[in-house]
Amino acid sequence: MEAKLTFKEYNENLKQGRLIGLKCGGCGEVSAQPRLFCAKCGGQDFEAIELKGGGAIQTFTVNYVAAEGRESEAPYIVVIVELDEGPWVMGSIAGLKPEEASMDIMGRKVRMEGPAVFGGDRYSAGEVARPLFKLV
Amino acid sequence: MRKVVIAGAGMTRFTGKQPRTAVELFGEAAAEAINECGVKPGQVQALFIGNYLGDFEEGQAQLQAFAADYLGMAGIPANRYENACASASAAIRDAFIWVASGQYDIVLAGGAECATKMGTPLATRTFAMSSDSRYEYAAGVTFPGVFAMLAHLYSKRYNIPLETLKNYLYQVSINSHYYGARNPRAQFQKELTLEDARKSPVIASPLQLADCCPFTDGAAAVIIASEEAARKLTKKPVLIAGVGQSSAGSLLSQKEFLPRIRSRELAAQQSYKMSGLGPRDIGVVELHDCFSIAALIALEGLGFFPYGTAGLAMEKGETKIGGKIAVNPSGGLKSKGHPVGATGAAQAFEIVRQLRGECGERQVEGVKVGMTDTLGGDGGTLCNIILRRGW
Repeated sequence: MEAKLTFKEYNENLKQGRLIGLKCGGCGEVSAQPRLFCAKCGGQDFEAIELKGGGAIQTFTVNYVAAEGRESEAPYIVVIVELDEGPWVMGSIAGLKPEEASMDIMGRKVRMEGPAVFGGDRYSAGEVARPLFKLV
Repeated sequence: MRKVVIAGAGMTRFTGKQPRTAVELFGEAAAEAINECGVKPGQVQALFIGNYLGDFEEGQAQLQAFAADYLGMAGIPANRYENACASASAAIRDAFIWVASGQYDIVLAGGAECATKMGTPLATRTFAMSSDSRYEYAAGVTFPGVFAMLAHLYSKRYNIPLETLKNYLYQVSINSHYYGARNPRAQFQKELTLEDARKSPVIASPLQLADCCPFTDGAAAVIIASEEAARKLTKKPVLIAGVGQSSAGSLLSQKEFLPRIRSRELAAQQSYKMSGLGPRDIGVVELHDCFSIAALIALEGLGFFPYGTAGLAMEKGETKIGGKIAVNPSGGLKSKGHPVGATGAAQAFEIVRQLRGECGERQVEGVKVGMTDTLGGDGGTLCNIILRRGW
């Protein structure tokens, strides 16, 4: 069985600013991560769709202690966003300083304005993109 | 299925940086477990070791084979379990299943880790490998970061102001250190004051250093035996009454349940069902307080307190020895230490000693049933083990 969306396709599209997900033909559940079987209904009939990039912040942290190789990024904000289509994604946020991030941003609407790319390190399988959001 | 018991238990002192290898640490813990019940290496039929990061710590994969040889057991099947922080619990659960099935009579299970050999930057990197490298790590999330985001979510979901929640969280760590100060095998044998907790640096908001478990070296091991085989080994066999294990995808895929950890609730229900026991029967629990907020989430997921109320219960003293449920009398991951791949076995060690009445000033008086709770990554693995006196 061939995957409708591979990680490579997902990642390459995200690097170009397109967030691609999968919509289950069986139950309509949308996943923002490539998968072979639907988490909701176990179905395999997926359609690859472009997610619009709008959503709301569910939670966040300001990270002050970065992992090896990412020290220069700290402090930085990590957000989890619920996309309008339903799935949750983890990403970064532009235009907000770490010291400005408080629980007040939880629930705030955001829009993806592009990708941010982790350049990879000796452990990762190359570059990996994540969505970069902006408060609206 | 046959009845299965823990016939012997051993554990190294947990420490910061120290010179011995993971195989040597595991050997010390295993020797204590072996010698305590008089089992001979030749009687052990399989060896299951939890080890998360040996590859990065010592350039050592497949340490289980070398450990088997070190212990005079070369020739037996030896497996490594990599379930992040729940590695040793997965090893013990599998040992239980193999013995219960009748395939083996005696299995040595446990875990070992030398996390401090990596130093903080590499340890932070490798611990983050338990998050999803494709959909989570790109955003820079770290192990503390995962629980930091759960803390904010917990505050909002249960409508507990962050300042109130923070005070509960300080109390979690203060309680851990209170018992750790009285555990001669703990990494931090000193109490934590509220003032020190408050002024500790922020690691990942809202979590501060006082909310986080340390990097730790250490090992723990148990001899798992059929009830029949154990009759010749010990007068105080500890019955493995129930076990449970569950998995989950990335934190993102758990959206419907967070800040609850669904894999915990599934695993706990399995262990309760198998044992025929429930939260009310548990007198002592060693639970996964890798971060202070994780202890509150665990207490609720295991069914000890309603959702959103564990912090208040803790503040009222209900989680202390003599309270409703004795929580982490070992000092927990926070104070006893968290040598990742060994943690589940160290939890089992504490419960075994508690059930036998060997814990001195940390003893939960007359306790007959105890439970372990071990979480791997951001819920990717969850193991629960219910132990009860078998005599």
